[in-house]
Amino acid sequence: MSNEGRTPDLTRDRGLQTVRESTYKYALAGCAVLSVLTTVGIIGVLFVDAAEFFASPAVTFGEFFTSTRFSPNLEPVSFGIFPLLLGTLLVTFGAALVALPIGLLTAIYLSEYASQRTRSVLKPMLEVLAGVPTVVYGYFALVYITPALNVVIGGVNGALGTQFPTLGLFNGLSASIVVGIMIIPMVSSISEDAMSSVPDSLRQAGYGLGATKFNVSLRIVVPAAISGIASSFILAISRAIGETMAVVLAAGSRPPDIPPTQSAFGLLPYVAPGDLLALYSDSAATMTVAMINIAVSDLSGGSLAYQSLFAIGLTLFVITLAMNVISDAIANRYREEYE
Amino acid sequence: MTTEDMATETEADDDTDSLVTSDPGKGGLSENDDRGTVMAADTIVESRDLDVFYGETQALQNIDLAIPENQVTAMIGPSGCGKSTFLRCINRMNDLIDICRVDGELTFNGKNVYDEDVDPVALRRRIGMVFQHPNPFPKSIYDNVAYGLRTQDKTENMDAVIEESLKKAALWDEVKDQLDKSALNLSGGQQQRLCIARAIAVDPEVILMDEPASALDPIATSKIEDLIEELAEEYTVVIVTHNMQQAARISDKTAVFLTGGELVEFDDTDKIFENPESQRVEDYITGKFG
Ligand SMILES: Nc1ncnc2c1ncn2[C@@H]1O[C@H](COP(=O)(O)OP(=O)(O)OP(=O)(O)O)[C@@H](O)[C@H]1O
Ligand SMILES: [Mg+2]
Repeated sequence: MSNEGRTPDLTRDRGLQTVRESTYKYALAGCAVLSVLTTVGIIGVLFVDAAEFFASPAVTFGEFFTSTRFSPNLEPVSFGIFPLLLGTLLVTFGAALVALPIGLLTAIYLSEYASQRTRSVLKPMLEVLAGVPTVVYGYFALVYITPALNVVIGGVNGALGTQFPTLGLFNGLSASIVVGIMIIPMVSSISEDAMSSVPDSLRQAGYGLGATKFNVSLRIVVPAAISGIASSFILAISRAIGETMAVVLAAGSRPPDIPPTQSAFGLLPYVAPGDLLALYSDSAATMTVAMINIAVSDLSGGSLAYQSLFAIGLTLFVITLAMNVISDAIANRYREEYE
Repeated sequence: MTTEDMATETEADDDTDSLVTSDPGKGGLSENDDRGTVMAADTIVESRDLDVFYGETQALQNIDLAIPENQVTAMIGPSGCGKSTFLRCINRMNDLIDICRVDGELTFNGKNVYDEDVDPVALRRRIGMVFQHPNPFPKSIYDNVAYGLRTQDKTENMDAVIEESLKKAALWDEVKDQLDKSALNLSGGQQQRLCIARAIAVDPEVILMDEPASALDPIATSKIEDLIEELAEEYTVVIVTHNMQQAARISDKTAVFLTGGELVEFDDTDKIFENPESQRVEDYITGKFG
């Protein structure tokens, strides 16, 4: 037969290659499995300890979510996560208010307006901002932002006769600002990537129709990049929710007091905006900060305080997981928008 | 931000008779401008001694060309000879290319569009453009056509204007039931007709088309060609094409550019294709060169 001579060659090569290929495959799969197992392990531990916490007769599920007091160490102990949720909400909301607009406008500037040279200077600077250890941000807030804000508040009160409260040493406002500054690079760099990948032909179409640069940026580029922009927002917010070191230094370790609720028409309970705003002037510990406090306080494994750590951690995990799911959903929803 | 806010960005009067943003006293642009006397009565765009450079390299040399109103002017020539560059000079899209520099004069209704006081945004509102590759916005069909209208603050009777534009672009029957669907779901040929509808919706005087049918199949191409001939009744059309038959079929005048960025011959299309003055043009048209 004519091809008899070649067949063994082919077989040998293929055999060798198969062995090599499968080695690679299993090695790579091993790495993937390792990281999946680690994640599953962490989640498992969270669930097990949180379950033990809720199983304890001293605390109930309902109390955990509705009690307005969180004091794991001082008698009588109470494990209401609500004040911590409120702290997280205050700081995250404030940070988002700072970071989302500034980050988006920065991204628009970098992607649409800045010259090549400006961009090559500004982008690395923003990346440096992202690389500063968060504890430095916290210290900065404590030592510089809070005193500066107090000077401003004093000035405004003096000039306008307003009654804004002076900020405490630890306060939610400076924490919001500093966490906001911290997550600006995240918003701006992801949004900028999304905007830069909008095809130039769309901009040209806009200019060809007599649009101004501002109109092209806002009406064509931003909508076309909206899924990336939304993802950047959500990732940045997740980051703010999870931030710890900066917050513990800036906002202190005492959770905010739950403000009194008013009721509208005797039905709908609500909190007066002024009361909510006032919370920013005082210490506003978040979920992460509370966890740090428990972890560093002298506690024995198996104690209720120790287990509450995992209950809070699980809550945090659920929140950030939800944020990621939303972010994915948004990205998918708009994925085929331009292609 | 609302459409109204946006419109204040530039002067957005739809009856604007001037391309000038500042100092309206000088250099106003109108149909019966004095300078109109030196050119043929129906010339709408005219270049005089136009040179264009990209950095150090010259892309166009001494172009003198008078484009007649309400006719189809075709530009043909080998790749890289500067056809697109010339087209982009007319509505100053070259401004968007940093290294591009334009010398000489290019008038629109007698006004040099490269004068200091001309606002390119106002200019582009009167000279529309259709690109080589269909580039609909990732928005609905309706919003694609509405974009220019909103930008130029021409939102009166918008639904009617949009319907009419889509009809003129011979697309209405195919899309009338899916105006709110994404324009990206249309076929390439439909997308290009949508881009034409988008360009004519804002009622420009001149429509520039850079190889508008080169990415399309023969049937879609012939639809676009029919459309261009109809458009010439109302608009001035300047079209770049690589397709000689297309130029011969649809244009009234033809400009032949050859390598090096020179305009070799510009005349009635019949004359160019049947009896060109220049041997080089004849060679190019008969395929001996290019
Ligand atoms: N953005 C640019 N930057 C630098 N050089 C450019 C640019 N655009 C065009 N050129 C150069 O200018 C010359 C003319 O280009 P142009 O695109 O006008 O040619 P064209 O006739 O439209 O060609 P084609 O038929 O291939 O579209 C070419 O040599 C090209 O390399
Ligand atoms: Mg070209």
